[in-house]
Amino acid sequence: MQKKNGNTNSLDRKFRLSEFLSEYIIKTVAFSSFAIIILIFVFVFKEAAPIFFPKEKKAETSQFLQSETYGEEPGTEQPENSLELYSSYTPSHDVASFKNLTGKNWQPVGEEPKYGVLPLIIGSLKVTVLAILFGAPIAILAAIFSALFAPKGLREIIKPIIELLASFPSVVIGFFALVTLATVLQNIFGYSYRLNAFVGGLAMALAVIPIVYTVTEDALTAIPKYMSEASLALGATKWQTALFVVMPAATPGIFAALLLGFGRAFGETMIVLMATGNAPLSTFNIFEPVRTMSATIGAEMAEVVFGDTHYTVLFFIGASLFVVTFAINAIAEFYVRTKLMKRFRGE
Amino acid sequence: MNNKILGKSIVAVSALAVIMIVSALLFILLEIYLGGRSVLSWQFLTGNPTEGMTEGGIFPAIVGTVLLVLIMSVACVPIGTITAIYLNEYASKKSFFTKMIRFAVNTLSGVPAIVFGLFGLGFFIQFIGTEMDRMFSADGSLLWGQPNILWASLTMALLTIPVVIVSVEESLKTVPNDLRGGGYALGATKWQVIRKIVIPNSISGILTGSILAIGRGAGEVAPILFTGVAYFLPHLPEKLSDQFMNLGYHIYVMATQSPDVEATKSIQYATAFVLLACTFSLSFIAIIIRYQFRKKIKE
Amino acid sequence: MRMDLQTEIIVENLNLYYGKKKALNNVSLSIPENKVTALIGPSGCGKSTFLRTLNRMNDLIEGVKIEGTVLFDDRNIYDNSVDVVELRKRIGMIFQKSNPFPKSIYENVAFGPKINGVSNKSQLDEIVEQSLIRSALWDEVKDDLNKSGLALSGGQQQRLCIARALAVNPEVLLMDEPASALDPISTTKIEDLIYELKKKYTIIIVTHNMQQAARVSDFTAFFYMGDLIEFTDTRKMFTAPDLKQTEDYIRGRFG
Repeated sequence: MQKKNGNTNSLDRKFRLSEFLSEYIIKTVAFSSFAIIILIFVFVFKEAAPIFFPKEKKAETSQFLQSETYGEEPGTEQPENSLELYSSYTPSHDVASFKNLTGKNWQPVGEEPKYGVLPLIIGSLKVTVLAILFGAPIAILAAIFSALFAPKGLREIIKPIIELLASFPSVVIGFFALVTLATVLQNIFGYSYRLNAFVGGLAMALAVIPIVYTVTEDALTAIPKYMSEASLALGATKWQTALFVVMPAATPGIFAALLLGFGRAFGETMIVLMATGNAPLSTFNIFEPVRTMSATIGAEMAEVVFGDTHYTVLFFIGASLFVVTFAINAIAEFYVRTKLMKRFRGE
Repeated sequence: MNNKILGKSIVAVSALAVIMIVSALLFILLEIYLGGRSVLSWQFLTGNPTEGMTEGGIFPAIVGTVLLVLIMSVACVPIGTITAIYLNEYASKKSFFTKMIRFAVNTLSGVPAIVFGLFGLGFFIQFIGTEMDRMFSADGSLLWGQPNILWASLTMALLTIPVVIVSVEESLKTVPNDLRGGGYALGATKWQVIRKIVIPNSISGILTGSILAIGRGAGEVAPILFTGVAYFLPHLPEKLSDQFMNLGYHIYVMATQSPDVEATKSIQYATAFVLLACTFSLSFIAIIIRYQFRKKIKE
Repeated sequence: MRMDLQTEIIVENLNLYYGKKKALNNVSLSIPENKVTALIGPSGCGKSTFLRTLNRMNDLIEGVKIEGTVLFDDRNIYDNSVDVVELRKRIGMIFQKSNPFPKSIYENVAFGPKINGVSNKSQLDEIVEQSLIRSALWDEVKDDLNKSGLALSGGQQQRLCIARALAVNPEVLLMDEPASALDPISTTKIEDLIYELKKKYTIIIVTHNMQQAARVSDFTAFFYMGDLIEFTDTRKMFTAPDLKQTEDYIRGRFG
């Protein structure tokens, strides 16, 4: 056929270098964000590995010396290899194993170091639960107000203001708790330790509020209009609709918000490092100082010798933090994705 | 009538919650401003610490923080933007690869900051750094195998990548498919459509994401605790292998570790105020851009 | 089909599936060169889908499967050796909703030539001017080429989109209900333009407006439920269609 209009382009497939390169690069970079997660897993666990696969003291020392000069030696980290060593392993005091991790005392420095993580776990839980107890009700109520009751104009002011609270650096919240909140609370309640789990929990609530608020607000506003309109059409009042129609429909979203708030508080470091007193006590009294898992890493990691037991245990604590927050986020996402969506689609 | 009272009280209680949050926010701002007011001055911002850090300014900490977020942005903005472009433009919604990346991004944003710090120590310093020293250092001395501003910035970049991804993806979603179709119908290739149509229309998202990431990077302390920050340095960082001072860390150390905490109270407050002013105004700008943009979309 | 006409596109046994749902059923037809072919039929009959198979715009939708052949320039455009980007440069498309890029009028028209590597300013100026003249928009916009394309009225925007498509120098123009969102005066302008354009281009237009099809087209294809029911001379179609089903639709008895 005669080509018209001077357009003589052939239809043959062409190779376009820029096209090929751009797609290749974009894919590679996107994959790197996946690789980062894997790398975080690998490296945090790798440094904590000696706990799972303790080596004989001799092996550990040589490994340590090697690492100092040549970096990691992948061969000696192989699980099969290490498991073999595990069978012939005899426990000694300054090698961490599950046995001395379960102790009630955290005294990593001294003649006979003790690496019992129990007080740290209690500390983390205490502060986190307090933060949720203080922060979540306020955040959820605020979300209810701005999503369901507030006029549109007011809502558009409230939302960005509470989002601004999320931009408070945690070190500033910690500082505020340390210098102001702690003194005020001590004057009110009259307890003996100025810095304690209560102060930390209250300060942590400030960090938890924005995240719980935002996720709850999203869940509430995601409820299809026809649901609330149907209720209003039946003669229900605005608050009845909010309480009996919108809230139940948004429950999975609110649950996810609580989980995310929990995860945030559990992993937060600077606030607890500054506001909780940092004493590793195994008590459930909220007015006594506590030391959380994250704060322990933050406070001690800078001083430890690379590769020694204390270093390994701190990485083990970090790995545990990672696993816990990872699990919590995965559950939260599962709830939002599946439950909430299913409910709206009536599946 | 009981119903009416119940209804009113529900509204009142929820409004009270909003008031509590807002007043807590204002109270902290005011408290920190009042505490630091006496030392806040131009000299405070541009001067070096003196008298064993009990007097003088916070210039090195400001410079360190700015350098940190700059190097961080160079890493996190392109990676975040490109990943968002992949997720929104290239990825097939159902493919396993896409689901994996999305899962990784969601997980990444939930990982505690301190864990990033551990990763920075284990990966950048102990693994990459020592390897680099082994290869390049003739006398076996440590250069890269120790904390420095490069490793701290890269660690911070990992933390802020999800911030950029979320923001960019949101703006990519608002580019109408009609425009993409218009480009394709003219014989544009995929990359041409992305470069000439999609990206110019999502500049505001990339901008918002970058600003939010910078705000986050300026305020976080946990990831840099053992990857490069220093309490005091006599000179500003000059090389990527230098350590640096940082506003957030400065507050932490002055408030908890210095021998005479009381003596430096106003400096602590003032530093906190400077940091808060930075992160606050950054997210304020980001929120404004975002709201303006959303308004534009609705019109 | 009368034999004195050159054929531009030959479609043979075309089937199209959205997932499991079949949207086009064994469609075969030959589209004549330098004529206007109208595709009519009730909503959802597959006429727009069919139009989009001709420049492979359906490739952009996930889950679309296509069987059969579409011959253009003696090649099956669904053959693996065909470059879809080159294909779209030669078969342009105008959309139902005008979609100027959020750029200046000049940049909108220059978009196509630029991505084809034309960078010479005077050459670009020439292409922009010619394209706007051919789309009958030049006189209205020649003084503000730097104004945003979005600032134009609906009808002007659509003609801008036509100019944009013409600037790539296509052989075929696909128009997907180009006037459905426009007022009567703008519609008339577009129809006049189509009449002018067919001297140089082969045009295939989807329309739900019977009168429009009768006014602008030389041939008409009637689609129903994914089937091509009848394809013939427009005058014949609107006066004495072969099939009763076609007549019923044209007389407005269903659809």
